[in-house]
Amino acid sequence: MFGIYLKRELSRRKKAALVIAMGLALGIALVITVNSVSAGMQQAQGKVLKSLYGLGTDMTVTKARTAPTSSSSGRPKFDFDAKSDSSTTQSSDRVMTQGGQSLKSSLVTEVAAQKGVASAVGALSLNVTKVDGSFTQGKAKSSTSNSGQQGGPGGQNGGGSTGAPQVQGGGASFDVNSYSVAGVDVTHQDLGPLATSKITTGKTFTAAQTSAKVAVLSKSYAKQNKYTVGKTFKISGTKYTVIGIATPDSSESTTDVYLPLKQAQTLGDAKNKVTTIYVKATDSKQIATVKATIQKNISGTTVTTSADLADTVSGSLSTASNLATSVGKWLSIAVLIAAFLVAALLTSSAVSRRVREFGTLKALGWPSRKVTRQVVGESIVNGLLGGVLGIALGLGAAYTVTAISPKLTAELGSTGGGGGMGGGPGGGGPGQQAASAAKNTIDIALTAPVSVTTIALAAGLAITGGLIAGAMGGWRASRMRPADALRSVS
Amino acid sequence: MYKLTGVTKRYTRGKETVEALRGVDLTIEDGDQLVIQGPTGGGKSTLLQMIGGLDRPTSGSVELDGVDLASISEAKLTRLRAEKIGIIFQSFNLIPTLTAQENVETALVPLGVKPAERRERAAEALRSVGLGERLTHVPTELSGGQQQRVAIARALVKKPKVLLADEPTGNLDEGTRDDIVGLLEGLWHEYGLTFIMVTHDSSIARRAPRLATIKAGQISLTEQGGARRATPGPSAQAPEQQQYAQQFGAAQGY
Ligand SMILES: Nc1ncnc2c1ncn2[C@@H]1O[C@H](COP(=O)(O)OP(=O)(O)OP(=O)(O)O)[C@@H](O)[C@H]1O
Ligand SMILES: [Mg+2]
Repeated sequence: MFGIYLKRELSRRKKAALVIAMGLALGIALVITVNSVSAGMQQAQGKVLKSLYGLGTDMTVTKARTAPTSSSSGRPKFDFDAKSDSSTTQSSDRVMTQGGQSLKSSLVTEVAAQKGVASAVGALSLNVTKVDGSFTQGKAKSSTSNSGQQGGPGGQNGGGSTGAPQVQGGGASFDVNSYSVAGVDVTHQDLGPLATSKITTGKTFTAAQTSAKVAVLSKSYAKQNKYTVGKTFKISGTKYTVIGIATPDSSESTTDVYLPLKQAQTLGDAKNKVTTIYVKATDSKQIATVKATIQKNISGTTVTTSADLADTVSGSLSTASNLATSVGKWLSIAVLIAAFLVAALLTSSAVSRRVREFGTLKALGWPSRKVTRQVVGESIVNGLLGGVLGIALGLGAAYTVTAISPKLTAELGSTGGGGGMGGGPGGGGPGQQAASAAKNTIDIALTAPVSVTTIALAAGLAITGGLIAGAMGGWRASRMRPADALRSVS
Repeated sequence: MYKLTGVTKRYTRGKETVEALRGVDLTIEDGDQLVIQGPTGGGKSTLLQMIGGLDRPTSGSVELDGVDLASISEAKLTRLRAEKIGIIFQSFNLIPTLTAQENVETALVPLGVKPAERRERAAEALRSVGLGERLTHVPTELSGGQQQRVAIARALVKKPKVLLADEPTGNLDEGTRDDIVGLLEGLWHEYGLTFIMVTHDSSIARRAPRLATIKAGQISLTEQGGARRATPGPSAQAPEQQQYAQQFGAAQGY
């Protein structure tokens, strides 16, 4: 009888069942939407971090920040030979390690030896500021920076900022261009700066090319300068052959030129030095412990995990992400509680309206528990119905978000002048901030992936909602007396 | 056999107390028919609830075959209702979403009758009240008289000892009323039931062999002669005995 009675009640009182189910469905749909959008946010953040770190990097080790000095080493200086000729074309590259702070190469093996470290790879990030100038004697004037010093033919531009300040004056005209260079450990390319990119043309370094004069260029940099595989170019007078073009996984490249580590060290006058050590932990759940170990055992370093880095992500992604995790979470909890309450109240009032029906059953000798079971059964089915509707609604909402894919921008904590790599982990030392406030902005499309866990959660909530409503209704039904069969229903 | 002694029922609502029954004494033999009448609010329905074990008196005892319904456990009382008491209501009280057959089946559910047998017995009961063609109709698809027939089938499908009816014709027109009363009296005879019916209908009351009138919670009995007892029931007695009992009962009543 239980099954038949249940079926009849639900099919002949569809409206009442639907009202309760819809209430639950709304709450559940919201939970699914918020959950999946949150997951999408996390994925987006993960992508942003991956673009900085590369697959497999759990943390980076950089030199501990030191207080900036007023005229930090990060300030480039250019020394042109003053020629008496009135019109000369000159080109000069100023190479410096990013942030001006580096670690001894030997630390790489030391880090690798720490407990919980699977592998560690060192990389050197350089900033190259290229100045092409043709000028005559006269005064050079910086158009952008008041720190530009006036001078004769050997005019100095102390700005070193991004963009390309043209210094004109006294017949001088030259461009300042900066780009970033990363020295890559060619024997461990799975970890490190190049791990964030795919080689789309040509080849990457072979393990034998530890000190070969070859380079891999980022796609955008190659395009901008019309470099192709096989061509050569010069940095500070050294000629490099382009062997491959790398396309970064994220939309924005953080490094323009990749060189074998040794070459970069020579260029940057940083023998046996690295700026960043990329670390992969043996267990991704132990990252915090590994971080503490490294920080304790190797002094003078800063260890940055992706969690730390996530804190430096700003922009609409982080705003939306905060919104989804705080407001969204509370909103969905509030709506869910409201839905549960409404379902419970509706069920309870529906039971009250059936006082004569349940009274009659009791008068016929139905034990209270049989009547209660009937009410609870109906509520659970209502809950399940709400769950199905809610899951459908929630999936619809999540797919809509994915279909629209709203664009979010992520701004990573200020990095070095050219959008270089070195500033990445450790989020731009104060020295770099003095030099540039340029930020690394990445566009990410938001998706709302619905996981099985989310569906299971939704189903669980639906049953919970049904049970709460059923408990309420069942309690009411259990208190009805057989004499209620004779009650006139008002 | 019913033996009610000093049955008092008080309803308390807030500060107000209503005494619906005041010390009712009543004996009803097996197979008897008793018609209860009286002004509205007199306590008729309340008395029926006491007799049917739907509620308990505030004081006094309601003995059915020596078992005091006022003091047995709730579970035993529920079981007793399921087995021995059939009830019919003024407004039929069918489950609106169930078919006629399913409604009748609900009476067999607490007895643990197997589904197949349940369906068969329900169909049989419906046929016996002339509704063999209406098994799958829901109450809204039936007329008032047909709904009351379903309710009668529901009350009798378990073959109860006692049939209680609270104004069973109150919601029916005259023609239908006579049909239902005729049906009930026929069944009373056929099954040898103890039949207790509350009615406002004076023409029914006039025909009744034994009439109880309840005013302000107090009962008075009138023996009106005629076949007071159902003939074929288990406790059916020889005509002379019946005659004797009738006279004796009448003497007792006054
Ligand atoms: N559950 C209850 N709570 C409070 N008072 C009640 C309750 N049930 C009945 N009463 C009161 O008890 C008295 C007797 O009621 P009862 O229903 O037995 O009368 P009745 O004779 O059946 O009347 P009617 O002919 O109108 O059906 C009335 O005054 C009524 O108001
Ligand atoms: Mg009444």
